[in-house]
Amino acid sequence: MKSKLKLSNLYLTLVFVIIYLPIAYLIFYSFNTGDTMDRFTGFSMKHYATLLSDTRMISIVLNTVVIALLSALLATVIGTLGALWINQLKQRTMKNAVLSVNNVLMVSPDVIIGASFLILFSFLGFKLGFTSVLLSHIAFSIPIVVLMVLPKINEMPKTMLDAAYDLGATKWQTLSRVILPSITPGIFAGYFMAFTYSLDDFAVTFFVTGNGFSTLSIEIYSRARQGVDLEVNALSTLMFLVSLLLVVGYYLLEKYGHTRKINRNKMMKGPNAQ
Amino acid sequence: MKKLIAIFVGILVVCAVITGINYQMNAKTTANEKKVLNIYNWGDYIDPALITKFEKETGYHVVYETFDSNEAMLTKIKQGGTSYDLAVPSDYTVQRMIKSGLVAKIDKTKLSNYHNLDSRFLNLSFDPNNDYSVPYFWGTLGIVYNDQYVKASQVQHWEQLWNPAFKQSIMLTDSARDMLGIALITQGHGMNDTDETDLKNAQTKLKQLMPNVKAIVADEIKMYMKQNEAKIAVTYSGEAAEMMSYNHHLHYVVPTEGSNMWFDNMVIPKTAKHKVAAYAFINFMLSPKNAAQNAEYIGYSTPNKAAMKYLPTSVQQDKQFYPTESTVAHLEVYQDLPLKVIGNYNDLFLGFKMSK
Amino acid sequence: MGTQKKSFFVIPYLLWIALFVVAPMALIVYQSLFDITGHFTLGNYTDYLESATYLKMTFNSVWYAFLITMVTLVISYPTAYLLNQLKNKRLWLLLIILPTWINLLLKTYAFIGLFSQNGSVNDFLRFVGAGSHQILFTDFSFIFVASYIEIPFMILPIFNALDEINPSLVNASRDLGANTWQTFRRVIAPLTMPGVKSGFQAVFIPSLSLFMITRLIGGNRVITLGTAIEEHFLVTQNWGMGSTIGVILIIAMFVVMFLTRERKGKGGQSR
Repeated sequence: MKSKLKLSNLYLTLVFVIIYLPIAYLIFYSFNTGDTMDRFTGFSMKHYATLLSDTRMISIVLNTVVIALLSALLATVIGTLGALWINQLKQRTMKNAVLSVNNVLMVSPDVIIGASFLILFSFLGFKLGFTSVLLSHIAFSIPIVVLMVLPKINEMPKTMLDAAYDLGATKWQTLSRVILPSITPGIFAGYFMAFTYSLDDFAVTFFVTGNGFSTLSIEIYSRARQGVDLEVNALSTLMFLVSLLLVVGYYLLEKYGHTRKINRNKMMKGPNAQ
Repeated sequence: MKKLIAIFVGILVVCAVITGINYQMNAKTTANEKKVLNIYNWGDYIDPALITKFEKETGYHVVYETFDSNEAMLTKIKQGGTSYDLAVPSDYTVQRMIKSGLVAKIDKTKLSNYHNLDSRFLNLSFDPNNDYSVPYFWGTLGIVYNDQYVKASQVQHWEQLWNPAFKQSIMLTDSARDMLGIALITQGHGMNDTDETDLKNAQTKLKQLMPNVKAIVADEIKMYMKQNEAKIAVTYSGEAAEMMSYNHHLHYVVPTEGSNMWFDNMVIPKTAKHKVAAYAFINFMLSPKNAAQNAEYIGYSTPNKAAMKYLPTSVQQDKQFYPTESTVAHLEVYQDLPLKVIGNYNDLFLGFKMSK
Repeated sequence: MGTQKKSFFVIPYLLWIALFVVAPMALIVYQSLFDITGHFTLGNYTDYLESATYLKMTFNSVWYAFLITMVTLVISYPTAYLLNQLKNKRLWLLLIILPTWINLLLKTYAFIGLFSQNGSVNDFLRFVGAGSHQILFTDFSFIFVASYIEIPFMILPIFNALDEINPSLVNASRDLGANTWQTFRRVIAPLTMPGVKSGFQAVFIPSLSLFMITRLIGGNRVITLGTAIEEHFLVTQNWGMGSTIGVILIIAMFVVMFLTRERKGKGGQSR
């Protein structure tokens, strides 16, 4: 038993090392005196200094974060409602059809999505900028939210809903007290994925942005023509550290709040499991 | 449920706060809404100090957006949504934009610095009277080699790339016209050839190059060459200049038998809303000192004759980037070929790429 | 049909389908019916079906996407399983997702730095006496980097499925005398199938249309349908052909969805 445990730890460690290897590489070179990522010539903070005096870059980062947070939020709301609707569709063929339509944007390459959204926006006479980017990000994040939330809904025992109705709960009460709490992990997963998609997107944003509005990946791509700018490494390092702190902080808060609830939850779960 | 709502509201508040900060930060810069100039240029294609200088001299606020291919830029200008006041397309794209009526005529009497341009680079086939475009930078297509692995005499001509000694060591630029163009030249044709059998033969020729090809890439070719990843690359002079400034083992050759000569040009889209500002900017960039400063910063060749004397002598006499008259005479500018032919070029090139 | 019961809550979702899915899809189908000179034709489809180049490319794309998905699944399932047994499992999961917030292009450049001739991996290989190797522009590096990018998208749904399993089911299985392997095969594996399926969808489908890394890491020696579409839209301006390949991709997606659809009697066998 013990050796098995060690083996599994080794495996996980290996996975984490590989996942973090490129990140470590980027962070390492953000402290380079030189300007490229192939030769480390000495330690310096100069790229951080450049970054802090670059208001254009900072403003773009803020834009990017707002777009990611907001679009993920709205996509999560719409996607969750959509998943709930798909789940209660009775006909299997109908359900599969809707699911397939749902996934069209996931398979369509970004360029096609971007180009067709651009045509759509110009057809509607939309001014390109913050709103068009936000709408597009919401649009391409919805399917992933649905994909993340739907399995959770499916796994919910039917008996649980019946029990809720039997106890005289209204639709709204069932939703807020029974369904939503049990699919919360799926909703979070959806939110994180949507957030991730939004942060990383280049092609769609490129087409639908305009009037001076820019996001981080657009800026990085256009600067990368001369090879990657180490100022961007410095920025990524900072962003990575901030998100690391946020994630750990959030987790600790969550855990602290959780321990108090556990006893109550145990009592609730008892009758359901039977 | 309560937790979800709390997080929901929390995120909204965070967004509001960030937007507030961002607004505060930009409040100063966007004060002069009316005196704006929207420029649409290639990424990293101007000395930022020049933009600041222009803003100081004229009081215009420059909104600078970037693109990474002519075609992407064309799509955005065609669709509208943002009215750019100035764009910088390459030669054949200028021709296409003129054909589709996307660019406005340029009144040269408003450009007091226009006479600074070298007449060799004016009135070219893509815009015969320069009615619509003003050259910004120019350059060539050629061979970059690393002298640690390759002798200069080994790469003076296109044909030499097919040397079996260069197995797996050449990086090509991902561009149908350039690569098929090279094959066309080795077979004694021009780079604007439209004949189907010639093109088919060029593809066959190119396929024979495949064993020597290491990768077919784009902008990142610079980084690879800097890091000694490949011995030889086929790329543009501007890219070459950038790699050579970093890695002194690299050299650039324009084969004397012929190659492509390209131009990036300033144009004013028809939809421009701040034409006066656009003229001011073009004139600003045509001033010899500014043109020289830009050329020194970017490392591309300037078409501005008067600017040459402000460049370091080493640059002025650099045959790699300012080739001799006789070489220039062999260079060809791309014409905007009929769409059918371009489609043919692309299909053949795709076939070549799939032929590994 | 459940649609009669729909409340106004679904309206945003339906609106989204109409505006951002159906409309663009119709646009793609419409575009695919025009050739490069703007004439209405079915020629793009016949060209596609008759061209050895495109058929080979389609086959390659599906094959690479399959390989990427399999590699990702083989790595992700045990990872998700082991993560799920850790004490602070949610935190560890978040740490798996975190690297995806770093810009993709940057990570790709980091891999170029790691894999290049004078890169860290070759330095290491030389150090242990294995000599330097051409790593970039090979199938290996392409599949490695593509899998690297997709792994979080596979781990997350599997992890969620595992997390949902009621521990009493596992305990019950043990009490009834099943060993670890039997418990896994009869209880855990069937219950995580929905997670594996959504992971499969979330990885396989986008892998069909990968681009960028096909050029940066694969050196355009690997060409997928996504690369071709990218080229047709951005370089060759042949939107008709690009859309045609887009339609093919959408059909491929429908096929994948059909193959991984949920089947009747799901969950029944596990009780």
